[in-house]
Amino acid sequence: MKRILKNRLFWPVLALVALIVINTIARPSFISITVQGGQLYGPLIDILRNSAPLMLVALGMTIVIATRGIDLSVGAVMAVSGAVALTIIEGSSDPNGLGTVLVAIVVGVLVALVLGVWNGFLVAVVGIQPIIATLVLMLAGRGIALLITGGFITTINSEPYKFMAQGYVLGLPFALYVSMAAVVVVALLERRTALGVLTEAVGINPEASRLAGVRSRGIIWGAYAASGLLAGLAGILYSSNIMAADANAAGLYIELDAILAVVLGGTSLMGGKFSLAGTVVGVFTIQTLKSTITFLGVPPAVSPLFLAIVVVIVVLVQSPRLRSVLARASQALRPRNSSPQGGSEVAS
Amino acid sequence: MVPVSDDARPVVEVTGATVRFLAETALDGVDFRMFPGEVHSLMGENGAGKSTLIKGLTGALRLDAGDIVLDGEPVHFGSPADAQRAGIRTVYQEIDLLPNLSVAENILLGREPRRWGAIDWKAMRREAAAVLGELGLDVDPASTLSSHSLAIQQLIAIARAISADVKVLVLDEPTSSLDLDEVAELFRVIRELKERGVAILFVSHFLDQVYEICDRVTVLRGGKLVGEYLTRELLRIDLVQKMLGRSADELVVRPRSEPVESGEEAMLDVRGLGRGRLEGVDLVLAEGEVLGLAGLLGSGRTEVARLLTGIDRPDDGTIALDGVVISPRNPRRAIGYGLTYSSENRRTEGIIGELTVRENITLALQAQRGIFRRMRHSRQKELAASWIEALGIRPSSTEQLAGTLSGGNQQKVLLARLLALAPRILVLDEPTRGIDIGAKVEVQRLVGELADNGMSVVFISAELEEVLRVSSRITLLRDGRAVATLQSDALTVDSLLAMIAQPDDGE
Repeated sequence: MKRILKNRLFWPVLALVALIVINTIARPSFISITVQGGQLYGPLIDILRNSAPLMLVALGMTIVIATRGIDLSVGAVMAVSGAVALTIIEGSSDPNGLGTVLVAIVVGVLVALVLGVWNGFLVAVVGIQPIIATLVLMLAGRGIALLITGGFITTINSEPYKFMAQGYVLGLPFALYVSMAAVVVVALLERRTALGVLTEAVGINPEASRLAGVRSRGIIWGAYAASGLLAGLAGILYSSNIMAADANAAGLYIELDAILAVVLGGTSLMGGKFSLAGTVVGVFTIQTLKSTITFLGVPPAVSPLFLAIVVVIVVLVQSPRLRSVLARASQALRPRNSSPQGGSEVAS
Repeated sequence: MVPVSDDARPVVEVTGATVRFLAETALDGVDFRMFPGEVHSLMGENGAGKSTLIKGLTGALRLDAGDIVLDGEPVHFGSPADAQRAGIRTVYQEIDLLPNLSVAENILLGREPRRWGAIDWKAMRREAAAVLGELGLDVDPASTLSSHSLAIQQLIAIARAISADVKVLVLDEPTSSLDLDEVAELFRVIRELKERGVAILFVSHFLDQVYEICDRVTVLRGGKLVGEYLTRELLRIDLVQKMLGRSADELVVRPRSEPVESGEEAMLDVRGLGRGRLEGVDLVLAEGEVLGLAGLLGSGRTEVARLLTGIDRPDDGTIALDGVVISPRNPRRAIGYGLTYSSENRRTEGIIGELTVRENITLALQAQRGIFRRMRHSRQKELAASWIEALGIRPSSTEQLAGTLSGGNQQKVLLARLLALAPRILVLDEPTRGIDIGAKVEVQRLVGELADNGMSVVFISAELEEVLRVSSRITLLRDGRAVATLQSDALTVDSLLAMIAQPDDGE
């Protein structure tokens, strides 16, 4: 039991489970999953599907935060990649052709990669503070997207493209496969190679890492490039979901959700040690929370407030300091049980 | 020297102080007292219980048993703030000031003079100037803290501590980053405070300084009290023996006197190295030789070390290894040539505190192998464990976070990181700064052993005695120039000092 309690993921997972339980109590149909034509449907499946863009963005954000940075431009990059892909499909003679769609997706993601490389250049080479460096694209990116779509909301009809976000494979949403594949690839890249530990070293102490011969600059640069690439993929999923490139609405405020997911997952904004599994849990927590709002019928006008209150509670529950204060308070309430053990627990 | 008669009342008296961490007893029934107007030193190896006692005294830690009596009144400190209110103030080794605020704001932080609810800036500057004046410091209270040298910042930290009603001032390793002049300035301030009747607890690893400034010494070993002595009645060798609990003979490192013919067989040949204030530095290093770099702080010791190992790029000059000119443009490349550097700033440029000892030791090797050739976990563990054993790193766990180790052990972890690379040349910048005597001797001995096995070492230290003892030759730096290279057998601390102090008349 103690080992479970000490696990870094214990509190994030507890928060997620609690949210699901509360939803289920409020409305038992929350956990119901129905099968229609070999495809699974239900609120939980929706959460898995809809969390895909946030998952991609939050993965990139985790790596960037581990290097002691932050990437505010992810939402704007999403808008750009969606705009690029949809403009290509709209302009082509064969919007339903698989080739057209593949080209559109690849080009859209590559443009996002270039934007990520630009961020990385500003941070790692020029030495601009990450929050400022990525703020540039956060503001400029939507302008670029509008420029690409000519100021309109580009809408298309393309079955293969629609499949990205709305299709099903083996009974599960295709978008879920995309996000899970990204999780696996990033996890393998970070933890099966030495990239993860070197990233943490750079995030904890950049100068000491450089002196130890770590390519700090390359690692930081790579983190922003990866974040751009993943945001680009997220932009494809987002635009595929609504089959439109809306430069103003695509990925709006997603950088904040992503940062929140990373923090909920137990990765410190100070950089260094990071937890990809924690981020995955954090993303599901946020997505469940958003579903809760619609599911419980919270009026849209007050939903941001509701979201904020729940987030504050979740973060407080995870705060080690608050927990130790509560533990001490509960001990004070039971004077007979307070023994010298109390001191040693605090010391440990 | 302040006479301390036996009937004088201690300003603070600790009796039976005991602190336990889980199963371990860090402090075991220690008695400790300080008199007004004395400078008192707390001595002991790392792990002796010095910091635990200081933390107990300053409220940073609660004693499990024992009493503290301040000015005749029993006191209980629940927090550092309690201790501060009672008049016990601390200046830590790492300066905890706010670099982007003004000197005056730093001195009066938390108790700014107010007028109608707003800060009274004029009064603030006046009060700060008064405190600085008392200490004889010529510093503009309106200037930004970060515009001053580390030494002045340290003195400002003291000014902040004493501007309240202070009875006991704790100085934890205040001199570890100061040069000789700055230490003299600090000592002047300490004597000033002594005159005012403040009891000063001075913690330092530098024996010279302890003997220069302290009236009384309390020695701890393994969490227990060894004894309290008057400094003038305690021989240096006896003090060391009491701290270590072993016989003094073991402490003497055999001087290395291996004859080295410089010149043709040089492994590393540096000509005309220059960058910034550094100008035309020539160095020659033979295989298996320990070359000492001596000079004052700011003479260019660290700059030379950084240029040799690719941390900074030289503007002029050539570095030749085995007769071939190389260009170690960055630390990574330098390591590729077998040139490694251990920084004088262990915390900021050495240890990755939140990674484990294992990850710290394998970091440089892993970086050299590249991202995709990750060392297997079992291999990492093996490697780390072998270095932990070889260098006697304590605690001997590979999974301990490096930041939680003592200074001496962090230094050993750093050395292990470099040695794991099997380097040809080791450049050690102040490897024994801020570590206890036992670890210091071990590091010195290790350097000798490495050189015996054919490794070449550039050894930098502010302690001339140490440089003399460890090196076979010494290159003397003054104002960014290498002024002489001498066999260390022919030198004494005094003659070396005289050469360093000599004014530049030749130019």
